[in-house]
Amino acid sequence: MPTSFFGWVVFFCKKYGVFFLRGAGNTLLISIISTILGFIIGLAVAVVRTVPIDEHDTKFRRIFYKVVQGIFVAYIEIFRGTPMIVQAMVIYYGSAELWGLDLSPFAAALLIVSVNTGAYMAEIARGGIISIDKGQTEAAQSIGMTHWQTMTTVILPQAIRNILPSIGNEFVVNIKDTSVLNVISVTELFFMSKSAAGTYMKYFEVFFITCVIYFVLTFTVTRLLLVIEKKIDGPDSFIIHGSQTTPEGIIEGIEEK
Amino acid sequence: MNTEIIKVSHLEKKFGDHLVLKDIDFLANKGDVISIIGSSGSGKSTLLRCINLLEKPTSGSIYFHGNDIQSQGFSLTEYRSKVGMVFQSFNLFNNLSVLDNCIVGQQKVLKRSHKEAEEKAMDYLTKVGMSQYIHAKPKQISGGQKQRVAIARGLCMDPEVLLFDEPTSALDPEMVGEVMEVMRRLAISGLTMLVVTHEMSFARDVSNRVVFMDQGVIVEDTVPDEIFNNPKTERTREFLARMLQKN
Repeated sequence: MPTSFFGWVVFFCKKYGVFFLRGAGNTLLISIISTILGFIIGLAVAVVRTVPIDEHDTKFRRIFYKVVQGIFVAYIEIFRGTPMIVQAMVIYYGSAELWGLDLSPFAAALLIVSVNTGAYMAEIARGGIISIDKGQTEAAQSIGMTHWQTMTTVILPQAIRNILPSIGNEFVVNIKDTSVLNVISVTELFFMSKSAAGTYMKYFEVFFITCVIYFVLTFTVTRLLLVIEKKIDGPDSFIIHGSQTTPEGIIEGIEEK
Repeated sequence: MNTEIIKVSHLEKKFGDHLVLKDIDFLANKGDVISIIGSSGSGKSTLLRCINLLEKPTSGSIYFHGNDIQSQGFSLTEYRSKVGMVFQSFNLFNNLSVLDNCIVGQQKVLKRSHKEAEEKAMDYLTKVGMSQYIHAKPKQISGGQKQRVAIARGLCMDPEVLLFDEPTSALDPEMVGEVMEVMRRLAISGLTMLVVTHEMSFARDVSNRVVFMDQGVIVEDTVPDEIFNNPKTERTREFLARMLQKN
């Protein structure tokens, strides 16, 4: 048996390396899929919540949107207002007890984290949408675009770009918060660490390793997201189209015709 | 030649309790270039925004070729594609290049092929002198350039009428000229234009009709000569004196 702190760290790395990696892999997988699914849920909720309704719409339409929006508000409030660790217990055991659903811990994990992330994303996306200048919508409408076309071609691309940092935030939070899923025995990084530590009663050494792994995961993800942001923004300069020797007068558009 | 395109009848618009437009009657024929002038808050921009329903009128009707644009079966998107709008703050789509700004409406609304849309866009961007900048994003070009692109974007839809809402008010003085020049050429080409403007030279020299608005009503609606040389009311006289002094 090792005698020093680092001795134990090396011991655990050697003996449980694959164990840690599998845990980290699951953590990463759950947080990637759930962040993406949560983003899609959030975006859909936000788009519906920002549909403009006024007294000129038909009664049916107004009532329909009122009801749907009410449901969405309830969803957001409930999932933001309760801890994910509790949601995990309620959904995992509740789905078994109420509907006899036999969800695997992994599937339950995806469901819980996605729906939870969706609630936060819905508000993030709504913020992104309403932050886009009203003039963009008016310009799109003034050339005859429908609300849907306006959203997909003009508003959402800008809104999504603007909320990318917040999406990255959610991703990082998810990597860390999947650790609470150990309560329903999901074999993510925290669960794996706890098992390893329990075997030798060496909590500090094991969780030191766990800590480093979590940090490497989140740090890599934030760097990657920065690269993606840069990529979406495109180059700062643009290429002049056509001849560069064209006289200035023609550029100004006054001498033609 | 006197084909009626837009007719506004007994239009009224309230923002809350504030009455912005009072009983407006107004007619635009094909080929008209109408300048709408008046001091800030006189309701001229609101009138323009009511015409393409960016603002919903409180009461009254607007007709496009005799069809009530607020009636149930009327296709608002189709109507808007025929009545273009140029905004004071340009409102180019920030996520799209100059070229795509001019293409997207043609493809999405008019269902033109990409090739056809691109040809048309290039044609109009060349006409407004912006063909070199097609790869630029809106944030990379100047205000005057943005407004010229916005005009090209409007023209690409082959509109029957183009509405201009103070197109040069947000521009540095040195950029006003380039935009005015484009508008002058459009007027000569026979396009029907409704222009809310503070540029008295445009109202006097280019338009064939000038509408003077004050406190939500149309005070005078006549030919430029008449309004500039022989204004009927004291309010018109005062406004013009103030404006011409400034210029």
